[in-house]
Amino acid sequence: MGLLSVVCVSLFFSSTFAVDRGNFKTCDQSAFCKRQRALKPGQSPYRALLETLELSDSRLTLQLINDNNKVHLLLELYRLQGNMTRVKINELKPLKPRFEVPDVLIAEPPTEPLSVLSKDDNGVVLSLGAENQRLIVSARPFRLDIMEGPEVLLSLNSRGLLAFEHLRLHKDTLDFSLPGVEHVYGIPEHADDLKLKTTDGGDPYRLYNLDVFQYELYNPMALYGSIPVMLAHNTQRTMGIFWLNAAETWVDISSNTAGKTVFGKMLDFVQGSSEKPQTDVRWISESGIIDVFIMLGPKPSKVFSQYASLTGTQSFPPLASLGYHQCRWNYNDQEDVKSVDQGFDQHDIPYDFIWLDIEHADGKRYFTWDPHKFPQPKEMLQGLMDKRRKMVSIVDPHIRVDSGYKIHNEITSKDFYVKNKDGKNYEGWCWPGNSGYPDFTKPEMRAWWASMFAYDQYEGSMENLFTWNDMNEPSVFNGPEVTMHKDALHGKWEHRDIHNIYGLYVQMATAEGQIQRSGGVERPFVLTRAFFAGSQRYGAVWTGDNAAEWDHLKISIPMCLSLGLVGVSFCGADVGGFFKNPSTELLVRWYQTGAYQPFFRAHAHLDTTRREPWLFGPENTALIREVIRQRYALLPYWYQLFYQAHKTGMPVMRPLWVDYPKDTATFTIDDEFLIGSDLLVHPVTEEGSRGVTAYLPGAEEVWYDVHTFQKHNGAQNLYIPVTLSSIPVFQRGGSIIPRKDRVRRSSTCMENDPYTLYVALSPKKFAEGELYIDDGHSFNYDTKKEFIHRSLTFANNALTSSNLCPDCNFLTSSWIEKVLILGASKPSKVLLKMDGKETPVDFEFDTSMSVLTLRKPGMNAGADWTLLLQ
Amino acid sequence: MTCLHLLLTLVFAVSLGTPVEIQRPRGVPLTKKQFYEESKPFTCLDGSRTIPFDRVNDDYCDCKDGSDEPGTAACPNGSFHCTNAGYRPMFIPSSRINDGICDCCDTTDEYNSGAKCENTCKELGRKEREVLQKMAEITKEGFLLKQQLIEEAKKGQQEKQSKVTDMQENKKQLDEKVEALRTVKETAEQPEKEAKERHLKAWEEQKAAIRLEKDKAKMAETFLELDDNEDGFVSVSELQSHAELDPDADGTLTEIEAQGLMGGAEQVDTSTFESVWPKIKDKYHSEAEEPAPVETPPDEVKEPVVDNDSEPYPEDDISEEEDEDDEDEDDYHEDDDKVMCLCVVQAQPTIKTPEKTHEDEEAMPPYDADTQALIDAAQKARDDFEEAEKALREMDDQIRNIEKELSFDFGPDAEFTYLYSQCYELTTSEYIYRLCPFNRVSQKPKYGGSETNLGTWGSWSGPENNKYLLMKYEQGTGCWQGPNRSTTVKLTCGKETVVTSTSEPSRCEYLMEFTTPAVCQEPANIDPSPHDHVEL
Repeated sequence: MGLLSVVCVSLFFSSTFAVDRGNFKTCDQSAFCKRQRALKPGQSPYRALLETLELSDSRLTLQLINDNNKVHLLLELYRLQGNMTRVKINELKPLKPRFEVPDVLIAEPPTEPLSVLSKDDNGVVLSLGAENQRLIVSARPFRLDIMEGPEVLLSLNSRGLLAFEHLRLHKDTLDFSLPGVEHVYGIPEHADDLKLKTTDGGDPYRLYNLDVFQYELYNPMALYGSIPVMLAHNTQRTMGIFWLNAAETWVDISSNTAGKTVFGKMLDFVQGSSEKPQTDVRWISESGIIDVFIMLGPKPSKVFSQYASLTGTQSFPPLASLGYHQCRWNYNDQEDVKSVDQGFDQHDIPYDFIWLDIEHADGKRYFTWDPHKFPQPKEMLQGLMDKRRKMVSIVDPHIRVDSGYKIHNEITSKDFYVKNKDGKNYEGWCWPGNSGYPDFTKPEMRAWWASMFAYDQYEGSMENLFTWNDMNEPSVFNGPEVTMHKDALHGKWEHRDIHNIYGLYVQMATAEGQIQRSGGVERPFVLTRAFFAGSQRYGAVWTGDNAAEWDHLKISIPMCLSLGLVGVSFCGADVGGFFKNPSTELLVRWYQTGAYQPFFRAHAHLDTTRREPWLFGPENTALIREVIRQRYALLPYWYQLFYQAHKTGMPVMRPLWVDYPKDTATFTIDDEFLIGSDLLVHPVTEEGSRGVTAYLPGAEEVWYDVHTFQKHNGAQNLYIPVTLSSIPVFQRGGSIIPRKDRVRRSSTCMENDPYTLYVALSPKKFAEGELYIDDGHSFNYDTKKEFIHRSLTFANNALTSSNLCPDCNFLTSSWIEKVLILGASKPSKVLLKMDGKETPVDFEFDTSMSVLTLRKPGMNAGADWTLLLQ
Repeated sequence: MTCLHLLLTLVFAVSLGTPVEIQRPRGVPLTKKQFYEESKPFTCLDGSRTIPFDRVNDDYCDCKDGSDEPGTAACPNGSFHCTNAGYRPMFIPSSRINDGICDCCDTTDEYNSGAKCENTCKELGRKEREVLQKMAEITKEGFLLKQQLIEEAKKGQQEKQSKVTDMQENKKQLDEKVEALRTVKETAEQPEKEAKERHLKAWEEQKAAIRLEKDKAKMAETFLELDDNEDGFVSVSELQSHAELDPDADGTLTEIEAQGLMGGAEQVDTSTFESVWPKIKDKYHSEAEEPAPVETPPDEVKEPVVDNDSEPYPEDDISEEEDEDDEDEDDYHEDDDKVMCLCVVQAQPTIKTPEKTHEDEEAMPPYDADTQALIDAAQKARDDFEEAEKALREMDDQIRNIEKELSFDFGPDAEFTYLYSQCYELTTSEYIYRLCPFNRVSQKPKYGGSETNLGTWGSWSGPENNKYLLMKYEQGTGCWQGPNRSTTVKLTCGKETVVTSTSEPSRCEYLMEFTTPAVCQEPANIDPSPHDHVEL
């Protein structure tokens, strides 16, 4: 008789902790990239047919011919208002129409007249407006050069790489040459340095929204989002290239100086023989047309406003969303939410949002609640509302295929799912198992999706519930490279055409839903993982599933800086690191860094141990409490910077070179950054660090340590000894920063609290700043001009508040409780001039640090007043 | 413009039923009243500076320790005192003053925020008293039960102790008995062995004789079979017809090879065949019998049965637990990091032994009566010995078990003894949790599935002043990419011994709440009449 024995073998395939590169393509494995990249610079087969040139007022068209295959292309050129040029190239008679990306530009960009200066057989010279700029179209081979005075700013097809594949699917390539440029930035999202590297000998930077498991750092692999915008910068000029194409795209960068040593460059300089430094960029896209916006700057701020004029600015977030967010995969149930909420109060740590990940929904059916874990969502939300706090629940775009699920049934009956190539609903695996993917490219689908956020549709939701869109690359577990098959269909277009914009549409529809549920009154808050050019209009972005490692903390800085340069200011990384368990030191350092980044959220993987701020002993709880409080005290400044970003497109978190564009020492710095123009932050991102060296920019500047008020001169590398409690932050001399130093349980609780003004004097005893106040959550600032915007100026020993928006109308009960003047001298008397009256103000003077403190001047924050130092 | 003045409050403290008005600045507890005298400048409680009294509670922070603003939110580190008459007084961080959230049940923290707070102190006081009263009753009854438990445990312990002593005495006797029986056994086994050997030897000899005879008969038979022409000789050619005799196994028996087998002769007669026979008898196939069938060994039954769990997506509707499992194992859908359980159901190979076709050996004849008697005697001695030895082992086990039990830390008064070798269950919506104190904690899916070990008994791990409030169970089943599961059991006073809740506050770290009379403290001997809190 045989004995049955059961042998159970557990096989644990443990790979090293890293991305599985085999899952993701290299350029060589991507047929079109390999083929197009194999084209070598040389004589372009394209020729401009000058006789076909047509010039209307602001539009020039011209045919190009490929002498090898006689296919004609149509070139369109536009001069856009605000110093931009648009170049479109499409097939004159395509076999199949090519996709042109909609919904990214906020409007058809307004044009300016173009005029022909000269024309002969070799080419045409066009005038580009009043700025002494010309555009030269060379006929044989075809190339474009943009000149200002005698200088070439940028050339297209100078290396002859323009290519359109016709018979195959629509691949296209174009090269750009940037004479005089050694520093290029942007094209997020990559886990890499701020300054883009040359790609010779390696893979190009890839733009293809992918759900990358345990991504690796310092390489050009694609990540969750794509913004095909590159900035080129030198001491003279900043320019931008916006390649409007939503298909898979690869970007090659080469430079004639990349290989040279500093000595080599110096030799070139001394001998005067040097070729001019030049960066060459090649864009390769799998489908679509060539539609390029060349933003000619010349200042960094001008490039930001140019790009903002095309794709819009950062949405103005609710004030509370700039506070601290507590997230975890997952807060288990209502009890857990309650006890974490209480934990913050017990440990006197402020927070504004607690988050629920996928486990909160009933079987990963978004818009529902797990009946056992979250039986009373409204009770839970009311409990948070009583504490003036908020919640975010996750709503992902993969929909469980389940005939008992309302959302699925409605999408099916409305025929809103993406189709596969056979015309059936496309299905893939994601968190709920078999899932459908709504076709967010359809406006009717987006309208319906938005309507699902209505309070009567999303049962259990309340006005303090906001949304998180994850997995919207889209992530398809069993799809190629963990995403959707390229031949899936969105109406008549293939997924390959629209891939990179899918995530933008998800966030767009969700944000719209939040606006609609309040009758258009309340500002939305939606976090997204996938993004595209224009995503800044809809909310916040985070850098995805990072890890509890020091290098991941470091990379959060260049990753968010890169996003800020191309419009997305509301950026953050998971504090603590998503995968793995951080050491206590790493966790504290991450809080210190995250508190000074725009989107400040702690998050952790399901398999990690709990890490709420109070779980690491009283000393560390105190350190974390302190830095979260610093964040809350600075909320007025953050809010004002977001208002500015919303109005002008200026990034909130910036590389130093944006404010010091002529200082070459700043061009590669990405371990420190500016918040606005006035705060310089050098987070400590090294384990066991005893000190950091911060570069303080600006020969004319002074910088004040915000903790000690010690003054340091600009244009120096400053060594700062650090302990675990140190966060090196400096305020620029010449600035005024309003703070709310009374930190409470949440930002909403601080609404009526008084301000303290931190006036940091420049060497010329001057300072200026702004104060922006509104209700913090509605669109009334926009629709009813209900806000206070004041200019604060310190000059000639007088600090004055004057109104920047006299026709605005908002009342605040906040007042000015204290004014600190850093770098001041001791006055004999201080007077407050207001409403024609003068009243003396008490003050104290600290001689050691030259800090003058004005005690309780007491004026309303919205009033006109002057403080006189005598 | 907001300007807050020194706000004096009227505080009602109830003492002996007589309300007394005590004036002091807002937020100051009675214990610190003497530091806030309106007629004098105020010195910060840390002594750092002295300020005019009108700067106390003027909504501006002058003292580093926050002591000048007990009633406003001006200082980051201040604290506000609410009297909460009818309930219990408390301090709150001063950042909670006028923040729009009602913290003090007497509403005094929200005097200028517009928040609509109701005085709930009386209600809270009443509820608290109810709870306290109930708790007191439970404690009282629980404590009585605890006394019984202690009594029983002591008794049980003594019993066990004396039982062990008794058993150890018995064991000594048993030891001796085993030794005596061993000698008896060995003495009986010696003659048994000799008699058996004799019997066997006789049988072997008999068998050899029979075999020889059979071989001879076979040889003769073979000779006749080979001698095809019946001329009384076996020739080379006759032998060659038996290819199986081929010595080099090339399939043919050549003439030379046949001659070799026949010792070089062309032919052999019956007597000379005797020298040929040993060379061929092993290979020779009788013409009369069929070639022996070749036994093919049965295929081993070894089909890997892949567990359903490792299929990433079961077709049917995914239930909650499976959902979770999927995430456990697939996590971020990364195949390489997946835990796979390859379950192989293996049948022990049942090798069919071919039935013996040649019953050429007869069975050994039975033992003669004398030998059999010796065997029977030895067997009896063996049985007796084994029985005694088994009894000894059992007694050892019993002693060890009792000693093990006695070695556990069952609390200062052995009050936890009664939990030993018991199990308590709690059924939730998904799982059945099982706590076997001092042994292990486990979890089993309600609707089928295998049990998961959430930890085996580790130690008492309560705070230093009372370690018996928490039990720690450790080294349970490992978690994917995580630690081994562990459980903390929190003990609270209750009349009944029952698991009241379970949770998993952190991944794979479980928390179980458990009530038992064993932790009930002696009730304070205070008259539980309604007590108003009087601050002094």
